[in-house]
Amino acid sequence: MLVFLLRMSLKNALRHRLRAFLTLAGLTVAILSFGLLSTVVSAWYAGADAASDKRLITRNAISLVFPLPISYGERIRGAEGVTGISWANWFGGIYIEPKNFFPQFAIEPASYLQLYPEFVVKEDERAAFVRDRQGCLVGRKLANRYGWKVGDNIPIKGTIFPGTWNFVLRGIYDGRDSSTDQNQFFFHWDYLNERIKQTAPRRANNTGVFIVGIRDGSAAAQVSERVDKVFRNSLAETLTETEKAFQLSFVAMTETIVLAIQIVSYVVILIIMAVMANTMAMSARERTAEYATLKALGFGPGVVGLLILAESLLLCGIGAALGIALTWPTVRAIGGALDNIFPVFNVASTTVWQQLGAALLVALAAAAVPAQQAMRIRITEGLRAVS
Amino acid sequence: MSGEAAAVLLRHVSKHYQRGGQIVPVLSDIDFAIARGDFLALMGPSGSGKSTLLNLIAGIDRPSSGQILVADVDIATLDERELADWRARNVGFIFQFYNLMPVLDARENVELPLMLTSLGRRERRSHAELALEMVGLADRMDHYPNELSGGQQQRVAIARALVSDPTLIVADEPTGDLDRKSAGEILDLLEQLNGELGKTIVMVTHDARAAERAHAIRHLEKGELSALEQREVA
Amino acid sequence: MNRLPLHYIWRNLLTRRLTTLLTAGGMALVVFVFATVLMLDAGLQQTLAATGLPQNVVAIRKGSQTEVQSGVSRQDAAIMESDPAVALDGQGRRLISKESVVLISLQKRGSGKPSNVVVRGAGLQGMTLRPQIRLIAGRPPRPGSSEVIVGRAIAEGFGNVQLGANLRFARRDWQVVGLFDAGKSGFNSEIWGDAEQMMQAFRRSSFSAVIFQLQDSGEFDAVAKRLEGDQRLTAEYKRETRFYADQSQVMSNFISILGTVLSVIFSIGAIIGAMITMYAAVANRVGEIGTLRALGFRKRSVLAAFLLESLLLATLGGIAGLLLASTMQFFAISTMNWQTFSELAFSFTLTPGIVLKSLLFALFMGLLGGFLPALRAARLQIVDALRSG
Repeated sequence: MLVFLLRMSLKNALRHRLRAFLTLAGLTVAILSFGLLSTVVSAWYAGADAASDKRLITRNAISLVFPLPISYGERIRGAEGVTGISWANWFGGIYIEPKNFFPQFAIEPASYLQLYPEFVVKEDERAAFVRDRQGCLVGRKLANRYGWKVGDNIPIKGTIFPGTWNFVLRGIYDGRDSSTDQNQFFFHWDYLNERIKQTAPRRANNTGVFIVGIRDGSAAAQVSERVDKVFRNSLAETLTETEKAFQLSFVAMTETIVLAIQIVSYVVILIIMAVMANTMAMSARERTAEYATLKALGFGPGVVGLLILAESLLLCGIGAALGIALTWPTVRAIGGALDNIFPVFNVASTTVWQQLGAALLVALAAAAVPAQQAMRIRITEGLRAVS
Repeated sequence: MSGEAAAVLLRHVSKHYQRGGQIVPVLSDIDFAIARGDFLALMGPSGSGKSTLLNLIAGIDRPSSGQILVADVDIATLDERELADWRARNVGFIFQFYNLMPVLDARENVELPLMLTSLGRRERRSHAELALEMVGLADRMDHYPNELSGGQQQRVAIARALVSDPTLIVADEPTGDLDRKSAGEILDLLEQLNGELGKTIVMVTHDARAAERAHAIRHLEKGELSALEQREVA
Repeated sequence: MNRLPLHYIWRNLLTRRLTTLLTAGGMALVVFVFATVLMLDAGLQQTLAATGLPQNVVAIRKGSQTEVQSGVSRQDAAIMESDPAVALDGQGRRLISKESVVLISLQKRGSGKPSNVVVRGAGLQGMTLRPQIRLIAGRPPRPGSSEVIVGRAIAEGFGNVQLGANLRFARRDWQVVGLFDAGKSGFNSEIWGDAEQMMQAFRRSSFSAVIFQLQDSGEFDAVAKRLEGDQRLTAEYKRETRFYADQSQVMSNFISILGTVLSVIFSIGAIIGAMITMYAAVANRVGEIGTLRALGFRKRSVLAAFLLESLLLATLGGIAGLLLASTMQFFAISTMNWQTFSELAFSFTLTPGIVLKSLLFALFMGLLGGFLPALRAARLQIVDALRSG
């Protein structure tokens, strides 16, 4: 019986070939778009997802715009629970043109790489980078985008720290995980500091943030409090938080946009729901006489309802499957183009579940009213009906 | 034959269809004439080609070969656009299932053929109302088809067929969907149009009672017209 | 002449009410997204255009792109102040404001999430140079004090910044003595205080930027060239209007691209919906089409009738979508401007241009969706149509 129902539903669904084709096309596009938008939203949170629970970030309590004295480093290292520290300064320079945006950080090389084991560097390249004060280390995606090779000279125009800065590419790092950002540019903090000492001595010996390694992830809150206590009431008070919280604060600032994108992804589902409901309503109405005949023959109203529901589910299922299947190649293609805005652009498993859920919702919503109406039709009325 | 000029003249008309790779003949080498003011019934079993013949005379289908002269114009040589204009001026249609536009009321349905002329709005309305009066539906002008009975709908269709004063009225099973009483009324109307207004009517029917009302009957069998004519004393 | 009456086209939409509603509804949603994105960009442009006057010049360090990144030394500022191109006010004072701009992290009202807010230490002429700013409560801060005034968007979006509140940053307490409204400009998202006090609190020796008014606005190019040629100075100069416009480039581009991509994708769904509906409409009316052709209506008339039906459907959707989008004008958006790294509040602005574009977009969808079905209707053979109808 069930197999008969399914077979009949499938045949009914494909009866009007043009209509079935158009509906499937619409479903595929909608589910695909939904998947893409969800991927964009998860890309926004990529930084937070890639955060390690064994790292804390210490910044100036006023805002990220204010620096911290480099001397704080040793005092942070002395706090209980801290296994190691490093520091980084946002450089914000321009490579040839402003649109070639990528993040640049002046770091303490050896300690930084130790705190970030997810950056995988060849031994000889690591050593070369640490050794050369003018050297720089870049991520694989970044290097590929501009065709940089080890040994190349890379000039960057400073904005916060004015002047032209020349770096020698000493190493290219790969990401250990798929969530690792391979779009970053690292160079020596010492190189930055030396030059500032000459051009703007008052700004020297400062850094943007400290990266604090901790032994035990669950002790994050206590260690953060401990570090901040050291500097309370000093000239530059600190705010220490988990790396995840730090990354999330950036997301929070553009939260409105993320929210807007999420809302828009739901709108696309609403649109396809309207299209699907229309298709089901039209199809069911055209087959009123058939459903009445089934009832006359002795099939219960439940059978009629199930037929319509099954038809809706089948159509949505096929459309969703196509849309989901196309999501990966599309994300890969777009990811390549949006490389510098979203360094990490992957399809999350939650996205796929959401796509399936959306398809199910559309199928049910579209079939609801037509199924009810068909179930309720009086046999004599139905047999007389002409579409 | 009445000796008056022929309204419709068919010469060596044949029609066949192509189905797959096969050629299916429908009409073969038809020759006949319809005089002006005739009321002709075409009868025959299903598949005999009577509807096809009607379609050819009405200009909604083309013959595979031959000439069809209506008021001395060979419509087989007209192109699509010319044929459409020709139909608008020369043919009035009556269908078995009335074929009224469900979203237009009776008056608007009857006005429809006049949209193809250069008449202004007011003139169109008065012509339509006149035609509806002639078929006895003056009090139902604002009704929609689904508010009218079968017989009433067919009368609206007849009014529509009349309104542009065509040369020829073509009726395909006009009583096919009506009960006996309504059918009789419709046939009365057709007789009236022919007798009082002198309209030339060609009617396809399988109903012998309907055929009796016509002045002449021709039978079609397997695509060939019989030479048989039954004439009723006019 | 050879055309079918408009009420024939219109009433056919009414007979299939549910289908018409669903199809037009889908289109309405697409137009809503389309119009909303355009309104967002217009709102952004309006805010940044309103921020700044063409006769004001902003001087920042060469190469830096925002005031926060920039530094202008006291000597440089003094040189600029003495330049004859600078306008004078009624009392003969130079219309110049040497400003210190920083970002502080404040918590948003409600969510408590942090956001960077601009704190601008302005000179005495700061408010004079920006006539868009009107005080709506309290009074301006006294020069040399720890008093601040708060812009409307900040007062509404953040906690603990109301009149009389005590803000604490840079290890000092600052009293909020006034609230100001800066119209649609970006200044609404700022907190203003005294420049020298700010410099002290943040231990800075240089200003961030210098803003001055030109005596003759048309002289800008000559003045900029002269000042840039001056060996003692290391600043670059932009008209205030251009300065703020440049700061929204990235956001504006992002919104445009996002909007275009979304509209294209969504419109595919709506066009498919329209196609399904129109194909069904044609299929249901095959008999009618045959009759009309038999009566003498040309193929062209049939094509036009169905195309018009689709366009009418699209117009319904377009109007509904626009009405929905216009309600967005009641909402304000606040987000971080990526280029300046600071909070920016703006709103949705509906312009006649957007109304026109949205309706055209809707019509375009109707055209694409209805064209093939209309073509099919027109191409039907009369005899076949009459038979199956």
